[in-house]
Amino acid sequence: MAETKTLTSPQVVTIKPSKGWLGINLRELWQYRELIYFLTWRDIKVRYKQAALGVAWAILQPVLTTLITSVVFGLLLKVDTGSDLPYPVFTLAAQLPWHLFQLSLQKSSMSLVSNSNLITKIYFPRIIIPLSSVLAVLVDFGISLLLLFGAMFIYKLPLTWNALWLIPLTLLAILAALAVGLWLSALNVQYRDIQQIVPFLLQIWMYATPIVYPITIIPEGLIRNLYSLNPMVGVVQGFRWALFGGAAPDMSLLYSGIAVVVLLISGLYFFRRMEKTFADVV
Amino acid sequence: MEKDTAIIVKGIGKRYKIGASQERQDTLRDLMVSQTQKFADLFRKNKRRSSTQEIWALRNVSFEVKQGQALGIIGRNGAGKSTLLKILSRVTDPTEGFGELRGRVGSLLEVGTGFHPELTGRENIFLNGAILGMHKKEIEARFDEIVDFSEVEKFIDTPVKRYSSGMYLRLAFAVAAHLEPEILVVDEVLAVGDADFQRKCLGKMSDVADSGRTVLFVSHNMSAIQRLTQESLVLDKGTVLMRAPSGEAVDFYLNRGLSKVGERYWEEDEIPANSAPFKPLAIRVVNKAGVVSDSVRSVDPIMIEIDYELLEDLTGLRVGYYLNTTRGEPVFTSFDLDDEALFKEYTGRPKGVYTSRCVIPPHTLNEGRFVLGINASSYMVKRYFQDDQALSFSVDASGAAGTHWPEPRPGAVRPALEWTIEERGRA
Repeated sequence: MAETKTLTSPQVVTIKPSKGWLGINLRELWQYRELIYFLTWRDIKVRYKQAALGVAWAILQPVLTTLITSVVFGLLLKVDTGSDLPYPVFTLAAQLPWHLFQLSLQKSSMSLVSNSNLITKIYFPRIIIPLSSVLAVLVDFGISLLLLFGAMFIYKLPLTWNALWLIPLTLLAILAALAVGLWLSALNVQYRDIQQIVPFLLQIWMYATPIVYPITIIPEGLIRNLYSLNPMVGVVQGFRWALFGGAAPDMSLLYSGIAVVVLLISGLYFFRRMEKTFADVV
Repeated sequence: MEKDTAIIVKGIGKRYKIGASQERQDTLRDLMVSQTQKFADLFRKNKRRSSTQEIWALRNVSFEVKQGQALGIIGRNGAGKSTLLKILSRVTDPTEGFGELRGRVGSLLEVGTGFHPELTGRENIFLNGAILGMHKKEIEARFDEIVDFSEVEKFIDTPVKRYSSGMYLRLAFAVAAHLEPEILVVDEVLAVGDADFQRKCLGKMSDVADSGRTVLFVSHNMSAIQRLTQESLVLDKGTVLMRAPSGEAVDFYLNRGLSKVGERYWEEDEIPANSAPFKPLAIRVVNKAGVVSDSVRSVDPIMIEIDYELLEDLTGLRVGYYLNTTRGEPVFTSFDLDDEALFKEYTGRPKGVYTSRCVIPPHTLNEGRFVLGINASSYMVKRYFQDDQALSFSVDASGAAGTHWPEPRPGAVRPALEWTIEERGRA
């Protein structure tokens, strides 16, 4: 039998009651990077198994929602996009990051409970579970971006270097989803009410984000600033700017960023605090 | 911590909250209700302590394991074995105490943890390996070995949801068996698959134990404990009762009747009205020492007692039991009037309370769990009472014929048969 390297220099694991608030152990997370990879890979593999259309759903879902909102808000309600953008492109550019956020939040908030068999049997940093479920959604997002570029080509909208801003903006969106996901997944372990609340939360959140309407209908000043605390406002506005130009992101992006940082740090601490009881409660 | 110590545990305890309070707060609404009550309590003089009940699943557990030692952990259900393993594998935190483990810990609390039904056998090997703490390279290096061991190579690219339960378990165990941590924590994984595969698992387990790894092994299978471990802990009600060489520990555990009750009483509402005038009272399994026990030894006589009451005089009654394996295979059936002399003596029984006793001679049953069904009837006339699942008990075969070989023997009986060997000249 092969001797493992660690046999000569074994690490010592300490077991003791953990107390109070714990920081996040990045070194340990790095040691478990392969598990993050495999769990992400599993989530991706499994999502469209035994679905006749397979990965096509990653494109179909945003297409269908764009179609519906284009008919209801663009065609029937005649929402003014506040620019000369065609309504379908206007809303699609927002639907994509929103879809990413929504799916990540949905998956991560349920993740601990749906992986309870792992949590009660094996040790690993628990944060890997919501983390990998968010990462898995990123693949869908990548595929759906192609759809957006296709649509821009059809509407003869040029792609500029500004599009590179999509990368940090996407990061902001998934961090926002992860931050809220950490809170909700940890709460869901104890209170399954979260499962019922999430769909409504997402519905409210969507209407609190300028997806089907332009941000200009929100009065400037205090109200707009409060509104911008919603991280997705900054993300969606940023996406539109990076793709189509127009008004560059203003202070609203900063507010969104601060909101994400606050949510993320508090979420991490809350998660770490609840973590030790997961296996007993879930 | 000394160099050659692999595990050290000091005063480990684990408290669970049970009962009212825990359940009450499982939804937000309940949380709000209970918080409001707490708030209201602030204004009361007599602070009524909430009805939270706490139980210590483990208390004051201390022990050490040397590197390369295999330690068995035995105790009945609820003794705290699983909790201890969960703490050692860091699935859950202890409430108090302290422990140190030197080296990578691999825990097999259940084979197939993290298997996904939609993924193929190949994909699950990688996923499960990663979950159990193997690196991708290690899994790749051992991939062929794992597939070989599992005997499912033909279906390796089929989703495991299409596997039979046997194939599934074989694959799951194969992955787990190729995990090579310095400390292996194992909980009852041998209780899977058919006899053939169990033999293979047991062989693999003794390989691991022999290869200098530290093993913690929990099992209800006393012969496996004795084969695989040198020393054992006996746990009861969350504390360590003794630590001794495994043979001694197993004897202590089996003879003290620490195993579950081994007795069954019938409540009034469990007895159908039409069973009158026969009224079953109790059935129990009694070990050699005269103690009621759930776990008895094959090498000792096993006594089955049935208590009952006759509310009227009865003629032609016979009381007896069916013995089945837990898989439902009949082993034998026996009645108290099987013997012709007794049959003549007790053809009629006046009303009153009776006990019918039966001794299963030593070296009759193989290891395993058995189910007793009770039957009280008059032949061809009436069946008064029948309960096919009256009581179950375990038989431990340690010391029985052939147990010096570490292999499970198929079959429900394990007689010590007489063999002779004759040397017929040399070629």
